[in-house]
Amino acid sequence: MTLVLDLYTVVAVLGGAFFYLAGTVGLLRFPDTLTRLHALSKADNLGLGLIVLGLLPRVDGTLVALKLVCAWLLVLLSGATVAQLIARVARSQDPSA
Amino acid sequence: MTTFLLAAAAFVLLLTAVGLKPLLRARGAADRIMAVQLLGSGGIGALLLFAEGTERYTAIDVSLTLALLAAFVSVALAKSARRLDATAPATDSADRQ
Amino acid sequence: MSWSFAVDLAMAGLLLAIAVFTIAVRDAFAAVVAFAAYGLLVAVVWVRLQAVDVALTEAAIGSGLTGVLMLGAAARLRGTERAAQSARPAAWLRVVAAVLSATVATALGAAVWFFPDPAPTLAPAAVGEIDATGLGNTVTAVLMAYRATDTVLEKVVLVLAVLGVWSLAPDRAWGGRPGTLYRPDADGVLTFFARVLPPFGVVIGVYLMWTAADNPGGAFAGGTVLAAMWVLVMMAGLTDAPPVAGRALRLLVLVGPVVFVAFGFAGMVIADAFLAYPVDYAKALIVAIEVPMTVSIAAMLGMLLAGTPSRPVQP
Repeated sequence: MTLVLDLYTVVAVLGGAFFYLAGTVGLLRFPDTLTRLHALSKADNLGLGLIVLGLLPRVDGTLVALKLVCAWLLVLLSGATVAQLIARVARSQDPSA
Repeated sequence: MTTFLLAAAAFVLLLTAVGLKPLLRARGAADRIMAVQLLGSGGIGALLLFAEGTERYTAIDVSLTLALLAAFVSVALAKSARRLDATAPATDSADRQ
Repeated sequence: MSWSFAVDLAMAGLLLAIAVFTIAVRDAFAAVVAFAAYGLLVAVVWVRLQAVDVALTEAAIGSGLTGVLMLGAAARLRGTERAAQSARPAAWLRVVAAVLSATVATALGAAVWFFPDPAPTLAPAAVGEIDATGLGNTVTAVLMAYRATDTVLEKVVLVLAVLGVWSLAPDRAWGGRPGTLYRPDADGVLTFFARVLPPFGVVIGVYLMWTAADNPGGAFAGGTVLAAMWVLVMMAGLTDAPPVAGRALRLLVLVGPVVFVAFGFAGMVIADAFLAYPVDYAKALIVAIEVPMTVSIAAMLGMLLAGTPSRPVQP
């Protein structure tokens, strides 16, 4: 059983790391601010979500598990909102974007 | 497993570092505010992995605080950036943000 | 070179890079952004150094609070930025400054490099006596029991800082409301955010304060989170900053330090020294101090972020 759980954690964390990598590559390679913003918010949120999913079976205690999920939900919520606000800043500074 | 989790944490931190470089060097305010977001989500990912890898779950509290404060700072920055650009009607020359 | 050493080296290098960038960049806004990012990274470094209480405080205050305060300062200084950038100090002055800074940095580095091994520390003594306080977290024991006098004086300093900010108000706005009144954003993104996030923030802030007895946390971290949520609601225009002459606000600001000092004097009567606690009630008293303290810190930091009063109470 532990082997299966460990395997699950490894796969999920690797998936999360892959999405972080995708997000960073997007940050480096995308041509303008709005596309970079897309890479940052989508990939990093998904990466964090997979990492949280991977760590969930390993923690002992529901409170800690709840904290993990809460951290992810907070990042999702604030990521989505701040992305909108940053996009407006970008648009106001460069209306052609 | 511990080594794997710590390695994953280091990897996420490395990606964050690599992603910071173009954001901080960029000209626009939007790119720069994204740096705060990036450090927020990357730092939280690394912290969660680090917490699980070293079995010190108190680091998760730090990630919750990071999530809240990174969001707060990003909102303040975005609001400030827009006010500095827009020709806002001056309600008071001594006002801030 | 071991693997974790390489990671530490990379983190240190990144910290240095961001710090140099913060100083070198010309635009004040960019410097503030870099400073906030730097604060967040330092919080991660503190966790790596196993100082979780410090990490919490760094994330809350070093990054969030100070970052937004600097933002206000940068906004106010915008008009003078061009003049400041074009005025360069004389060459000899810069050389003197460079030499002095290098000397201090070298002295600090040498002090760290030549630490006696094992380094002198009171940590074992602090942990050894902790049962008398009834607490589980040594940092809280140091802050609230062993060195409680320092903590109460810190809070008094905070009150003085708030007084200082309020006394900068122009005559016509004396006792008025700080900051600007934002209209709630028509598009609603920020409004939605300011409605959904604060409940989480309040719970987490209260949790951080409450858990300080046995886990890293504390009144300061909890209070800062609460203050940040309050300022977020103000920034979204869902509430207005209260007038600084208001009774309720002043009561909230004062209740924490007053309770703390009162307990201190009571300790002189009950337990023979200022801020001494009778052993059986130590933990209860500490919690009784921390709760109003958190409220006061939240009120004070919120008002510090809001700024000097600039709008008269009654037009």
